[in-house]
Amino acid sequence: MRAPRAYQTEAIVLKRIKLGEADRILTFYTPDLGKLRAVAKGVRRPKSKLGGHVELLTHSLIMLARGRNLDIVTQSQTINGFLVLKDDLWRLSRGLYALELVDSFTAERIENRPIFDLLLSTLHWLCQAGDGNIILRYFELQLLNYLGYRPQLQQCVSCNLPLQPIDNFFSSSRGGVLCPECAGKDPARCTLTLNSLKVLRLWQSCDCATASRVKINSQLSSELEQLMREYIKYLLEREVKSAAWLDRLKKEKL
Amino acid sequence: MALRTFTSTAKPIARLIEEFNKLPGIGPKSAQRLAYYLLRVPTEQARDLAEAISAVKEKIGLCSICFNITDSDPCSICRDEGRDHTKICVVEELSDIIPLERTGKFNGVYHVLHGVIAPTEGMGPEELKIEQLLSRLQNSSVTEVILATNPNLEGEATAMYLQHLISPLGIRVTRLARGLPFGGDLEYADDVTLSRALEERQEV
Repeated sequence: MRAPRAYQTEAIVLKRIKLGEADRILTFYTPDLGKLRAVAKGVRRPKSKLGGHVELLTHSLIMLARGRNLDIVTQSQTINGFLVLKDDLWRLSRGLYALELVDSFTAERIENRPIFDLLLSTLHWLCQAGDGNIILRYFELQLLNYLGYRPQLQQCVSCNLPLQPIDNFFSSSRGGVLCPECAGKDPARCTLTLNSLKVLRLWQSCDCATASRVKINSQLSSELEQLMREYIKYLLEREVKSAAWLDRLKKEKL
Repeated sequence: MALRTFTSTAKPIARLIEEFNKLPGIGPKSAQRLAYYLLRVPTEQARDLAEAISAVKEKIGLCSICFNITDSDPCSICRDEGRDHTKICVVEELSDIIPLERTGKFNGVYHVLHGVIAPTEGMGPEELKIEQLLSRLQNSSVTEVILATNPNLEGEATAMYLQHLISPLGIRVTRLARGLPFGGDLEYADDVTLSRALEERQEV
């Protein structure tokens, strides 16, 4: 059967690139089609009827028509514009970081419904009060889970023995924790304190509400951030661009 | 690659075609057509074009105050005594000044950022003329900064960031109103625009 000429889907706008005079190429994340790229014509004109409905960090219902190369967005309707996110520099920046991670890790037209649900929930969580750093760490762990990069936190990735309740090491290249005996062989290891390990284990298995109830101090928070960032950098083989912006906001204490 | 394509023609023509080919929206065929057209036009016309191109590159520079393009430094707007130098309108791009000037409603001066903060594209404040804006505001008579960045996510992020930086200086920071476009249709308005339009509604 031939694919229909027009189809409709829910979508979260991940990225947009200018095209020609007033058009844009949009990257969406959808529940049933995965990542999707499409052209939105005339969206940069003030009177565009698509315009605000296909802005970044917006959950919309979109109608697409098959195009020769890329599909074309014909209609759009906002489901949730995440206004609270867009009015706060920190929330907005964290939201953009989440979008960039999903965009970097996924390939086009490969369905992964849990990732869509996770991203949508994360945007909702970011709208609510609570530690944004915890939400991002939780998001990262869960995202890696659904992508097949779940870090091994229960036993040593080298000797497979259960981990002892002491400071261990994390190896990005082996995707898990190394016990002190095996850690010597890995040059790129970094220390994983017992507290970090406990928190990561909890976040890997609990829901976000439980994750948010964990009280962590700023030292533990930056240790976890550093660890996840190293692992993600290793997997992507490049830096996440919006992470530099988050660092800057933190440095300037805005 | 382009050179190899055109080696069958005389070298100067091949070079011209290659140069045209580098321009936006001009493919190899259009470049060829333009080059052969120039071969046929009177010499003066071709020279005028060449001179116009080199004049643009040699004489036009950025204003050292507002970073608008200009052929004299400071630019005509910054030099104009009749304008209100206590109000600075901050815009993203050079092309944003033209529509603002066309309204005839703004008599202050400008500051061009030459871009916008876009975290996911790695575009940060250091790539923009933000530091220059801040030093321009230090110990100045400026009373108001109007943030006229685009009403999209990056524009909003930039505006919020600038507001954080400028407010402590004791200068009034305003943002262009966001609402419904004239000649538009309420039915197609998005939630953000419509809710802003409601919040900032005015007595008639």
